Amino acid sequence: MPLLHIAKLSKRYGTDKYALDSIDFTVATGEFVAIIGPSGAGKSTLLRCINHMIPMTSGDVLIADASTKSMNATQLRAHRTQIGMIFQHYNLVNRLSVIENVLHGRLGYKSTAAGVMGWYSNAEKQQAVEILQNLGLSDHMYKRCDQLSGGQKQRVGIARALIQNPKLLLCDEPIASLDPSAAKIIMDTLKDINQRLGITIIVNLHQVDVAMRYAQRIIGINSGKIVCDAAPHSLTPDIIHEVYGSEAGELILDFGEQHAHA
Amino acid sequence: MHTLDFFTKKRLSFGLFVVVLLGLTYVTIIFTEYNVAKGFTSIPKAIRWATTNFYPDAASLKKLPSILLKLRDTVMMSVASATIASACAFFVAIFGAQTTRINVWFSVFARGIATIFRNIDVSAWALILLFSFGQSSFTGYFALFFVTFGFMVRVLIETIDEVSTDSVEALRATGASYFAIIAQSVVPSCLPQLVSWVLFMIETNIRSATLVGILTGTGIGYSFDIYYKSLNYHAASLVIIVIVISVLAIEAVSNWIRRAVL
Repeated sequence: MPLLHIAKLSKRYGTDKYALDSIDFTVATGEFVAIIGPSGAGKSTLLRCINHMIPMTSGDVLIADASTKSMNATQLRAHRTQIGMIFQHYNLVNRLSVIENVLHGRLGYKSTAAGVMGWYSNAEKQQAVEILQNLGLSDHMYKRCDQLSGGQKQRVGIARALIQNPKLLLCDEPIASLDPSAAKIIMDTLKDINQRLGITIIVNLHQVDVAMRYAQRIIGINSGKIVCDAAPHSLTPDIIHEVYGSEAGELILDFGEQHAHA
Repeated sequence: MHTLDFFTKKRLSFGLFVVVLLGLTYVTIIFTEYNVAKGFTSIPKAIRWATTNFYPDAASLKKLPSILLKLRDTVMMSVASATIASACAFFVAIFGAQTTRINVWFSVFARGIATIFRNIDVSAWALILLFSFGQSSFTGYFALFFVTFGFMVRVLIETIDEVSTDSVEALRATGASYFAIIAQSVVPSCLPQLVSWVLFMIETNIRSATLVGILTGTGIGYSFDIYYKSLNYHAASLVIIVIVISVLAIEAVSNWIRRAVL
């Protein structure tokens, strides 16, 4: 049974052309999927339609064969608690401590009163500490997030998503603001989460080489349509040029080396 | 367009602006029969008068306790109007800010009220309210309240949209409820700016309250008015000195608080 089924999903902003045009694919439990495509292709919109941060125009998103098309506010919150999200700009509350930001991941499970007051159980606090230890942040637990480096902030973002006990992680350009070594740590962390915890991961990426190295499956999007959906090793330069709508030789790609590594 | 033409045109339009401004100044001088030379030459005369009459003497110092009592009224009124108006403004700003608004119409409405309250000057409010409340502390209090409210709604809307958009998105994605998002993300993110603006409004209100007091017959402004009109310049000057000292003291205190909070 697929974990996620995107069924003829379309999104149109106002009367502009379609940002997403009949997107259709399924993701099995435990998959690591990378979505590539030029800026403005609809990658972020696609990710945000899955957890209904952006309302879709038509089509459906099915989680474990259950439609999420028409949900009331309570069902929507329950839907979102199952899906962790990681952002390019980390989206932390910078003035709060690391552990407080991690615990924010539990808010989806709480009543409004408990959420407003920030009442977390001891078990939740213990889980936050364990996740931070696993991500190598135990020394920074009580530091304010604005004192951390970009890579550390992104790991806090990952911890906040993990404490939701999600079935699915949506990562929107998680390494676009990071230097290469921090980016590698983040991608290795995601890979580890995928393999060790069996959490399904969908990640939007700008770096084709990173997508090829880490993902089991690559979906290419251009102008709101799926251009390719394949395993990394079957991706040829021609297909990639089609995804980016460019002529051969116009992209910064190092194919030979990538294949050697992959 | 020629590059030369571009710069000539820019210089011409600036020249035209200066000419229009000078012309306007000249016309207003003619209409008001303002004598520029006499205006400047009377400054030394005014200083001479102030140094011979406008200083506190021994007799006026006896009035100090009653002046300080009036000062206390004015300061209390300023603080109360600033804090309560800011608290109200925060709720309205939440509905007005793009990040946290419930729908567009709430937002338009909130911004609309803010504009009306802010753009009517505090002395105009005092005059309007004199009809309803007469010469009482209520008039001054509400005049300060309305202006503070309008100003704070405006700056808090901007603050919320500036500092909390990203983290609000992240908390929405975890499934947190609306009020939990406000309490856990918007409030901690905005807190330093909120405190800073409230302190600013307290300072501003103390200055305005003095002026408003002359109109409404309350507080330290009224003391000044009475002494000045009864030609007791020594006591009037003491009032001014007391106001200056208190404004400087409050500014020092608020700067200290700002540093502690940030």
